[in-house]
Amino acid sequence: MDLTTMQDSILPLLSALPNTLMLTFVSVFIGFCLAIPFALGRLSKNKLIAQACYAYVYFFRSTPLLVQIFLIYYGSGQFVKALEAVGLWHFFREPWFCAILALSLNTAAYVCEIIRGGILSIPKGQWEAGQVLGLSRFDLFVQVIFPQAFRQALPAYGNEVIIMVKASSLASTITILEVTGVAEKLIAETFQPLEIFIVAGSIYLSLNFVLSQLFHLLEKRLNRYLPHGATRTN
Amino acid sequence: MSSQQENKGIVLKDVNLHYGDYHALRDINLNVAVGERVVVCGSSGSGKSTMIRSIIGLENHDSGHILIDGQELTADAKSQETIRRNVGMVFQQFNLFPHLTIAENCSLALKRVKKMAKGEAKDVVMKYLERVHIPEQAEKYPSQLSGGQQQRAAIARALCMQPKFLLFDEPTSALDPEMVNEVLDVMVEMAQDGMTMICVTHEMGFARQVADKMVFMNQGRIIESGDTVEFFENPKEERTRTFLNTILSH
Repeated sequence: MDLTTMQDSILPLLSALPNTLMLTFVSVFIGFCLAIPFALGRLSKNKLIAQACYAYVYFFRSTPLLVQIFLIYYGSGQFVKALEAVGLWHFFREPWFCAILALSLNTAAYVCEIIRGGILSIPKGQWEAGQVLGLSRFDLFVQVIFPQAFRQALPAYGNEVIIMVKASSLASTITILEVTGVAEKLIAETFQPLEIFIVAGSIYLSLNFVLSQLFHLLEKRLNRYLPHGATRTN
Repeated sequence: MSSQQENKGIVLKDVNLHYGDYHALRDINLNVAVGERVVVCGSSGSGKSTMIRSIIGLENHDSGHILIDGQELTADAKSQETIRRNVGMVFQQFNLFPHLTIAENCSLALKRVKKMAKGEAKDVVMKYLERVHIPEQAEKYPSQLSGGQQQRAAIARALCMQPKFLLFDEPTSALDPEMVNEVLDVMVEMAQDGMTMICVTHEMGFARQVADKMVFMNQGRIIESGDTVEFFENPKEERTRTFLNTILSH
């Protein structure tokens, strides 16, 4: 093993970390915002809305993320005229836009299911207590149901964010120089994949260590006063 | 009782309710005047919970009329909103919001529904927490309270909205025996203050003490209803007698 190569690769790989973070957290944020309406849609009494949301979830959970990235990045190239006509080609020709779009839509599907599970775990009595107090459906959801559903969903959600950190490496396949992209570039220059992937892997490992600790703390803090933590029934 | 007074109370007229094929409420007729205390009893599955839940629109009746303070209750959201401004409810399982403190539980609807300012809401909350004798628990979370305290907090939460009518759905059934009295004491005090109450309960001591009227239900029907003393001393129906014998025998 060549320690000098490893040492030399640390700085260039770390300098790609902001790109990895950017890809991950922008997608996690957009995905979360999309997931809430999708989760509500899945739970809607309107069959059409519920099925449309399920179709979305089904598609994005059942096809590989890599395929989704390629479909969006290369696929959009087939529709340049149409996309130009609606003023969107400007976005779709950017690898960053395509990567974030694919990651966001993909994580939204998973988070939708995580949130839906959280909402379903809230006892009926909580809805009824809110209704009886005269809370509007909006207030009931925002003030009573969602905060509890989110606490229930937190362990699964933390998992999903960590998966997203790793999934962001697929953006390297469409020319984005995040950690894995830079690693591949360095390998092409040095022909020493083992050393460089060990360093790159360690960066992901450290990042996810910090994230899992943060989620652990958040869980402990938010669930402080919930009886029996995540397994609460009522 | 004048008919005008009756109109201001709770009136159920020929109310029927089905769950699928199951006929849960059969031709229910009930009048509760303002200031009246009514205790509803009956064995489990007799429809007593369903009846009081239907009064606040948690169950939708499929025929008949429910009038509260002269307003008809329908499945329509607007109608339910109007009714719920006048009627409060206390549940068997308390249903406090576990992620909010007791004070926040009580103030949530004051702020969100009554649009009350923070300070004003706090005054109202403290007033009613004192009324149920737990002002010192205001900043705690529900899981830090005993069952009896939680139920009293739930009563305070309902009282904060200053309802004209208060419904109790077996408020002491989920409590350990030693906590039943602290909740019943609060309910007796409310009754003495003139609150209009409908209570589903098996606490016959409480019923004798506060109820103006007893209602006995069986298989979705009101079998017997009337004056409390008369009901206990001289029940007319055989089914009522059997029920009272079982429940009072030990």
